[in-house]
Amino acid sequence: MRYVQGLSINNPHQRLIADHSGALVWPDENLLVIADLHLEKGSSFARKGSIVPPYDSRATIERLAEVLKRWSPDRVISLGDSFHDSDGSARLSAADRQQIRDFTTRYDWIWVSGNHDPSPPSGLGGRSEPEVSIDRIVFRHLPSEQTEQGEIAGHLHPKARVMARGRKVSRPCFVSDQRRVLLPAFGAYTGGLNVLDPAVATLFPDDYRAYLLGGDRVHMVARHQIERAAH
Amino acid sequence: MMLEKAEAGCSALLIAPTGGGKTLAGFLPSLVDLDGRGDARNGLHTLYISPLKALTTDIARNLQTPIEEMGLDLRVETRTGDTPQNRRQRQRINPPDMLLTTPESLALLLSYPDAAKIFDGLCTVIIDELHALAGAKRGQLLALGLARLANLAKAPRFVGLSATVEDPDELLSFLSLGGRKAELVQGAAGPEPDVSVLLPEGRLPWSGHYGTYAAPSLYQTIKSADTTLVFVNTRAQAEVMFRELWRLNEDNLPIALHHGSLAVEQRRRVETAMAAGNLKAIICTSSLDLGIDWGDVDLVIQIGAPKGVSRILQRIGRANHRFDQPSRALLVPGNRFEVLECRAAMDAIREETLDGVPPHPGGLDVLAQHITGVACTGPFEADALYDEVITAHPYRDLSRDDFDDVLEFVATGGYALKAYDRYRRLRKDDDGQWRLTHPKLAQRYRMNIGTIVDAPMVKVRLKGRRQSLGEVEEWFVQWLTPGDVFQFAGRTLVFQGMRETTVEVTMAPPGKEPSVPSYMGTRMPFTTHLSSRVRGYLADPASWHDLPDQVLEWLEAQKDLSSMPAADELLIETFPRRGKFYMVVYAFVGWNAHQTLAMLVTKRMERLGLKPIGFNASDYILCIWGLEPVEDPTALFEVDILGEELEDWMADSSLLKRTFRNVAVVAGLIERRHPGQEKTGRQVTINSDLIYDVLRKYQHDHVLLRATYAEASVGLLDVKRLAAFLTSVQGRIRHEKLEKLSPLALPVMLEIGKEVVPGEADEAVLAAAADELIDEAYGLAAT
Repeated sequence: MRYVQGLSINNPHQRLIADHSGALVWPDENLLVIADLHLEKGSSFARKGSIVPPYDSRATIERLAEVLKRWSPDRVISLGDSFHDSDGSARLSAADRQQIRDFTTRYDWIWVSGNHDPSPPSGLGGRSEPEVSIDRIVFRHLPSEQTEQGEIAGHLHPKARVMARGRKVSRPCFVSDQRRVLLPAFGAYTGGLNVLDPAVATLFPDDYRAYLLGGDRVHMVARHQIERAAH
Repeated sequence: MMLEKAEAGCSALLIAPTGGGKTLAGFLPSLVDLDGRGDARNGLHTLYISPLKALTTDIARNLQTPIEEMGLDLRVETRTGDTPQNRRQRQRINPPDMLLTTPESLALLLSYPDAAKIFDGLCTVIIDELHALAGAKRGQLLALGLARLANLAKAPRFVGLSATVEDPDELLSFLSLGGRKAELVQGAAGPEPDVSVLLPEGRLPWSGHYGTYAAPSLYQTIKSADTTLVFVNTRAQAEVMFRELWRLNEDNLPIALHHGSLAVEQRRRVETAMAAGNLKAIICTSSLDLGIDWGDVDLVIQIGAPKGVSRILQRIGRANHRFDQPSRALLVPGNRFEVLECRAAMDAIREETLDGVPPHPGGLDVLAQHITGVACTGPFEADALYDEVITAHPYRDLSRDDFDDVLEFVATGGYALKAYDRYRRLRKDDDGQWRLTHPKLAQRYRMNIGTIVDAPMVKVRLKGRRQSLGEVEEWFVQWLTPGDVFQFAGRTLVFQGMRETTVEVTMAPPGKEPSVPSYMGTRMPFTTHLSSRVRGYLADPASWHDLPDQVLEWLEAQKDLSSMPAADELLIETFPRRGKFYMVVYAFVGWNAHQTLAMLVTKRMERLGLKPIGFNASDYILCIWGLEPVEDPTALFEVDILGEELEDWMADSSLLKRTFRNVAVVAGLIERRHPGQEKTGRQVTINSDLIYDVLRKYQHDHVLLRATYAEASVGLLDVKRLAAFLTSVQGRIRHEKLEKLSPLALPVMLEIGKEVVPGEADEAVLAAAADELIDEAYGLAAT
């Protein structure tokens, strides 16, 4: 398949796939991971007087439905900050709520808690965990400062800028070295943090690859390519 | 004359050249009236509105002389963003007799609950430089504010002061409010300006607009004049010309630089030095198009084509602000086409024809801002507000449906998905009045007033220094790589990197040349008026006799080797070159419309299998190249490319995202400033591109998207002009199939540098970057 890109961490025989939607897929485990959905970010802003369009949850859920259909995993991990704030789940529209219930019924669904949503969403099904460990790989929202084993995390919304043909293009991306994978944010209203920012860069002291989200595939680039295109 | 109109109770438009004492004439009736009233004065009598903060201070000072001569005891005060808080408060409680302010400060005043009291006794509103405001978004907000004033005060008079314009009726309508029709007062014309073209010895450049070839002649001219204003068209050009002149400056003449990206303090220093008579010349951009009179300026030089007659007249008028003497000006063409354009401008000045500015309806985003302001003042009725709004000239044709949509946007966002009812900003009470739901919203509105939305800027700072040199557009920085050398603030700088949100630079070692083209700034639109004059010359060889020999030879050669298009024809040349097939289109509709045309034509070429690969455009010519020859260009220039292709392209265009951001900021969807933001530095907005994508997908007819399309159609995309052009050339396309490029095509061919890849350009860039890594992995990359 031309739109997938293989990554491996911790154990070279475990193949992970970075999907161009921003989801991470682990075929051997029939697992799909998404991070930082930030559902109901729009209404969170509206509550404070910025009435931005309320369609962000709809957009995020539709994209999620599309990628779930494409991969039909057994299990799904939503890697924290699934909601923009702790009562976000209560503000979902009836249709959006129903669709999430359908997801959690059909798949083995795990809500990992994040800093925006420390307590589990209520009435949506699925189970909640502070973190999940599968076959010596840990799934958590906040990347740890030191990590010995494989870690898959979100939180930072990485994006990268590359240059070719005299032009620069910036996109959300996965970042990965041998030990760790950072997922891009999946939500419709989530901005990004450049991978050269110390918050990301210090997590990858040696070398890393970034997998930039394209229209129908991810594009793998090396650290030196990003640094060359840097401001 | 102004006194007569005032006595008759008429509103008036005074049109006069600069230096004619126009502003004082505007104030005179007020002074006479106040004199007659003695002590029976009633608060604010006269409100003066200027587009420039600096002008308000200048005029307040100039008014002191007549006030003292007439022995009046009057309070004249200014009110701008610079006015201290305590004085602003006092002005609301105890207004001066005359208040001098800007359109934004007026909007702010109008938003206070005591607005009705402040303006109750207002007799006269004077709007200076009306021609500069009326066609712009600022003018739309002002028009709405004036309509408000007409209702709050008891039938005030509106007085507009303007430079000569093509269509005074437009401005008269702008001033005809509150049932008073404005009447025209035509000031005596000053002497005709003395304008000539400077053509230095030697070869005229084929392309480029910077005019650097003329620097030695310019230097001599500046040296022999008293004080010169040198106008250029872009900030980058200002930097380059400044550098060239200082390179030649053996006499150490005090030559300064002024443009909108420089730090405010630096600009003020230059202005102060000029006012004190300490400068020989300033290289400047439109940053000095308007401004305080400097009596000593005896020469204005325009480098590069003037692009519009009204603009060049405004600039020329900055020389010799004395009524009885002609302004002296020199035009310096940057290339051969610009020789024609300079001549077109001179002919237009002599024949006194001006650029027509097609009026366009007021923006719905501006209306949203105004309605929010009205709500901050107090409860209002929708019917009454609609009736008031349509008395504002730009909104005279506003439909009630559009008004209601904007009102709904202000109240709840106007989304089809009714999710935000509990967060509404306005609510309609049982008495039919709309009210603000929370006083905090008024505070936020007041922090975000205005229609000028700056592109995101970043500060430029020398490494190890605190003070910044100025600001550049964020997107320019994205193109820089550490080590790149560029010209800014009159210095040659080496880009070192970003430190947080600041660009860090060091001084380049002496002799180091800039390696990257400087940042662009905005492009000035090429007016239809000048462009039709240029086309007229090309079509009429009898008019070529007084052109410089080099230009004449060039045009003669074109006639022999290809052909000259008639004035109502579209000439298209096609020829092969180095394995590609070129199509050169002599459309003359300006850079913006050419960009749009290129996107649409290349889309159609793709559909027809003509494999376009790139294009390049100037204000005059568009050149497109591809892998297949174009046998029949008529199919590519049918009016229907404005249908499907335009829709497809607009949907994805990053230009639209830029326009959307402006619209969203003006309408109040995205805030520029938020209470407490300075303290926390927290990001409080959602990226407007993300909002645009979501809104377009789920509610493509939302009022803000409609406002975006409307604004882009007349602005960045220039669709209107393109439509008129395509319609006019149907059946009049002259196709020249050539063996090689023609003389007239040479300038645009020389400017082909970076290829613009149409279609999915971003994806192609990403793929190319990824391929690079793969090539490297397989040892294919050049090392």
